[in-house]
Amino acid sequence: MNKIWLILSREYISRVKKKSFLLTTFLTPVLIGGLYAMAIYLAVADSDEKVIKVIDETGVFVDKLENRGSLVFEFVDEPLASARAEVEEGNFTGLLYISDFDLNNPEGIKYYSMNTPGMELVAGVNKALEEVVRDIKIARMGISKEALDSLKTDISIVPINLSGEKEKQGSSEIAMAVGSFSGILIYMFMLIYGAQVMRGVMQEKTSKIVEILVSSVKPFQLMMGKILGIAAVGLTQFALWFVLTIAVVTMATPLLGDNVEDMARVQQTGMEIGTAPAGQNNITEKIKEVLDNLNLPLLIGSFFFYFLTGYLFYAALFAMIGSAVDSEADTQQFMMPIMLPLIASMMFLGAILRDPSGPIAFWLSMIPFSAPIIMMVRIPFDVPVWQLALSMVLMVVGFMATTWMAGRVYRIGILMHGTKVNYKVLFKWLTMKG
Amino acid sequence: MDILTAQGITKRYANHLALDRLDLHVPEASIFGLLGPNGAGKTTFIRIINQIIYADEGHITMANEPLSQKHIEVIGYLPEERGLYKKMKVGEHLLYFARLKGLNHSEAIRRIKKWFKKFDIPDWLDKKVEDLSKGMQQKVQFIATVLHEPKLIILDEPFSGFDPINANLIKDEILALREKGSTIIFSTHRMESVEELCDHIALINEAKKILDGPKREIKNQFRDNIFSVEHLNSLAALPAGFTIKSSQAIEEGLTESIIQITGEKKANDLLQVLIGQTEIRSFREIIPSINDIFISKVKADTHE
Repeated sequence: MNKIWLILSREYISRVKKKSFLLTTFLTPVLIGGLYAMAIYLAVADSDEKVIKVIDETGVFVDKLENRGSLVFEFVDEPLASARAEVEEGNFTGLLYISDFDLNNPEGIKYYSMNTPGMELVAGVNKALEEVVRDIKIARMGISKEALDSLKTDISIVPINLSGEKEKQGSSEIAMAVGSFSGILIYMFMLIYGAQVMRGVMQEKTSKIVEILVSSVKPFQLMMGKILGIAAVGLTQFALWFVLTIAVVTMATPLLGDNVEDMARVQQTGMEIGTAPAGQNNITEKIKEVLDNLNLPLLIGSFFFYFLTGYLFYAALFAMIGSAVDSEADTQQFMMPIMLPLIASMMFLGAILRDPSGPIAFWLSMIPFSAPIIMMVRIPFDVPVWQLALSMVLMVVGFMATTWMAGRVYRIGILMHGTKVNYKVLFKWLTMKG
Repeated sequence: MDILTAQGITKRYANHLALDRLDLHVPEASIFGLLGPNGAGKTTFIRIINQIIYADEGHITMANEPLSQKHIEVIGYLPEERGLYKKMKVGEHLLYFARLKGLNHSEAIRRIKKWFKKFDIPDWLDKKVEDLSKGMQQKVQFIATVLHEPKLIILDEPFSGFDPINANLIKDEILALREKGSTIIFSTHRMESVEELCDHIALINEAKKILDGPKREIKNQFRDNIFSVEHLNSLAALPAGFTIKSSQAIEEGLTESIIQITGEKKANDLLQVLIGQTEIRSFREIIPSINDIFISKVKADTHE
């Protein structure tokens, strides 16, 4: 145990002191903060009024087009040529030209501008035109506007989960976000740090350090020390990212100062265009409500559980590959079967979110290969206790099994050089006695 | 007393036998040469002593106790294939190895400093391993092997990569360690160092021990009663019991003759015969070198 600790601390200290670790750890939050600030800046910068000149020769739309968000329509009565000249000079964003209009076959409306218009702008103009046409059609059918408005009703169903101890309100959007975010985080952690375990083992083997080390420690201790040391590095990095990102974002927000007010305005107008989801206040309130309803201790507890056991499960497999091969190129054939379940889990993410308690979700959250990702996605949707317990037991059994297997292959593999390794050889090592 | 005894050690791999009922006794405070051609099973045996792998059959005792995990701390092993962490500092590296062998922090530091002083390399503590030459790295590895003052030191090709000066330095350290009571198992293909250092040797070929014993005895055992004589003029025919194997002029008036004594006659009898015939300039027995013994023994064994 003491020796595992020594190996663990060497792995940890030597990795944490590396320039690349310090760089990625401290630059990532700055980068995220920068992106955040840039997003705000761009949203604010984009809020300038876009004035669109409209020449309507049919007279159908005159003064009826409503301004939408930053789009401002200005009707003019001048020849097309002079209006086009003004657009070319850059005085206006664009020119909408309606020369001929048939209510039943609305074609031939042209939009002139100096650059290709963005999707949002085209959608806004289309929507404004469509509304005018709709109003005209409704009027022709003899329906009053009041009667039409009274038909519109906003409904938002309140999902209530009956399976828990007490009735509670849930929100599937937030559950979805929390679930897929934690699933993806675990996926990244397993992949990035698992690969580091593999490379570390391979380096020790190819540089022949391992020949000296195994006379002092058991191969299994060496492997576990490395796996646990790298896990500690990963946890440190995630913890620092978490803290630093929050710090950078909270620091960046007041720095933007006046822009925040603008941002609020942008969100308001964005809402009108129909691109932004819901109001700011609404979101924070909802988050608070959902956090109250999500079982946070369960969520955090199982996140750490699957984070760790998932990593241990895959890191053992990665260590096994690293011990068996002589060079990075040889790893390819063995990486495939390990990567496959991970990638498949990500591919099934959509299906799981659509039906979080269906048979696919159930089975994938039981199999240790996909359970860390899939079960984490399911937990915010409330999983029956027996399923969670079974999945956790299987996970523990799973990682103990891969660790045992990896240990058997590792003790032989690290001392073998120049052997052409394939699955048959791996199996032979696995079953070979001391 | 024997520090290490191995009895009936057998190790099988899937398609070959690496060790076949090997018996070995390593006397305490000796330098024991473990010899054999490539692939004979030396490394397998060394790994079994280090408990890196385990024998299928047979057992090993260390100072009369069955070999166990606790012995790891009294064994030092310098493998033939050896590396260091390139990014680590020399001092940290040695500290790490020493602590893995069970030394505590302050004791390890004290001994590292002592060795640095001995090798006259006080400024290496903060040097990175990657900045060292191959020979310098070998020196660090040697220190790492003996830092925990092991009772049994196993050195596999310890001189590879060293220039003659540093090879001598290491040689002196090996002799000094034996003086202090350590036992050294020494595996090498450089027969001149076996000749120079070893007290005992064992020769392994194709998984089996084919020769074993004190070096002096083995050399005696392989004596063929052949003598080299430098003399003036040439020799006439010798009486029965003496055969001239070859005779050639080496410089003006001086001839070297190789003479074998057969039967009951002794070296003194040959001298008396020669004195009557010629003037002798030098007379010595040709004792086979370990190199010759190695080659003839392995060849004979393999061709059986």
